[in-house]
Amino acid sequence: MLELRNVSKTFNANTINEKRALSGLNLKLEEGDFVTVIGGNGAGKSTMMNAICGAWPLDEGQVLIDGKDVTRLPDYKRAAYLGRVFQDPMMGTAADMEIEENLAIAYRRGKTRHLCWGIRAKEREEYKELLKTLDLGLENRLRSKVGLLSGGQRQALTLLMATLKKPKVLLLDEHTAALDPKTAAKVLEISDRIIAENNLTALMVTHNMKDAIAHGNRLIMMNNGQIILDIRGEEKKKLTVDDLLRQFSVASGSEFSSDRALLS
Amino acid sequence: MEIMDLIRALPGSVAQGLIWGIMAIGVYITYKVLDYADLTVDGSIGTGGAVAVVMMLAGVNPYVALVCATAAGALAGLVTGLFHTLFGIPPILSGILTQLGLYSVNMRIMGASNKAINVNQYDLILSLRDIPHAILVSVIFVAVTIAVLYWFFGTEVGRAVRATGNNANMSRAQGINTNRMKVFGLVLSNALVGLSGALYAQYQGNADVNMGRGAIVIGLAAVIIGAVLFGKIFNNFALRMLSVVFGAILYFVVIAVVLWLGLETTDLKLISALIVALFLAVPYLQGRCRIRRAGKGA
Repeated sequence: MLELRNVSKTFNANTINEKRALSGLNLKLEEGDFVTVIGGNGAGKSTMMNAICGAWPLDEGQVLIDGKDVTRLPDYKRAAYLGRVFQDPMMGTAADMEIEENLAIAYRRGKTRHLCWGIRAKEREEYKELLKTLDLGLENRLRSKVGLLSGGQRQALTLLMATLKKPKVLLLDEHTAALDPKTAAKVLEISDRIIAENNLTALMVTHNMKDAIAHGNRLIMMNNGQIILDIRGEEKKKLTVDDLLRQFSVASGSEFSSDRALLS
Repeated sequence: MEIMDLIRALPGSVAQGLIWGIMAIGVYITYKVLDYADLTVDGSIGTGGAVAVVMMLAGVNPYVALVCATAAGALAGLVTGLFHTLFGIPPILSGILTQLGLYSVNMRIMGASNKAINVNQYDLILSLRDIPHAILVSVIFVAVTIAVLYWFFGTEVGRAVRATGNNANMSRAQGINTNRMKVFGLVLSNALVGLSGALYAQYQGNADVNMGRGAIVIGLAAVIIGAVLFGKIFNNFALRMLSVVFGAILYFVVIAVVLWLGLETTDLKLISALIVALFLAVPYLQGRCRIRRAGKGA
């Protein structure tokens, strides 16, 4: 469903700040795979997400979605295939627009926008039903400005928006990192449900090892812009945090270094 | 200092406010909706005036001239938009470049720095000779402008333009070509500015190459005065645009008062700058006071 072939990216090449963020990264996701991504600071997790989205041109390599080479497509064209939820709850929604307007914009992802009215009455009913499933009381606030919502509500709404038109791949980039633990758990639960119900292919970056183990059917660990561990199936089900830390030091030859990952 | 002098001047201020209000709505689209400080305005308002007057002097139907002036403004916006999106020139600079270039273009269109059009010889849409009529005509233009924009910003494309100004990241993630939407917004905005220039040139009976100097400040003044005075009560998008027009009218009323108090017309640029600075400062200072008071309460 999603394939990264030998993807490399260096930031600030030929300067003192040169940083090789991805070096020859290879990854293949099968349809229905729910992959959690974990790694230390600067391992290349977010860079990989940005490479998939097309935030900038790659130095090397290819990105394929559903067998189609999208390497040269700009980000807004790739959006037809991708649903995205960002780390910052402010980033995924338009604060000065109403909840239903945000949903209506997401409803038209991958479609040419015309000079016809932007929301149809029929859609509103659909949005109401979907918002009801979030269980956050948003179904009665269709006309509220999104800026009035809490961070957790905004992330839940962004999740809906990312999956309103079924994406080929759902990308969750530390989407619960900015939320308090209770809200984070709730948003994760919603993510799990939406992914399962729609049988989505998903990639979730997290700094929380427990979450990485508890969710999805496959776990990859990154270090220095490469994938150093790829655990799936039965093996993943039996995984513990200690296993992960041990496997990390074996695979990378160093200690796992992420303050946030160890503290949480 | 007769109060009657001031009262006699007010209808003219209202007419000017309504005409410049159309331009101010254009500024609202770039400054507030698109979050793009577009300085093309100072040039494109003159372009609108020049195209309209020159065409009418050549015997073209005034409404056809108006449409052409609007299109000329749109073209100016397109140039700014392409400077920014195609060549990566920062927003303010791309507007300044277009504005500077338009000075020469406007001179070429008119062949002189000023072209007069006499209301007695030509069939003008409005003129300061008949201010009540001018007010009526400009009210109609304002109403139609607001109605059309209200519709446009409710369409799929219009909402995409608003989303682009509100959150470009989210917009691209939802498949919106944000560069194209910025160009759309700039074209639309400057089309209105061109229309406003065409109406204003007829109102004052001439097009002048300097008529747009400082127009952006007047537009911003209208947007900001409207937001400060009516922002709390006008929540609907159409009412927001209306508040911009009210802001423009109030601006010209203030100018009339200042003139009545005995200042020279050449002092007006300074006054305009101070009015905009004042109204920009008000929300900021209010916010700071609130923080200080909250601090004391704690």
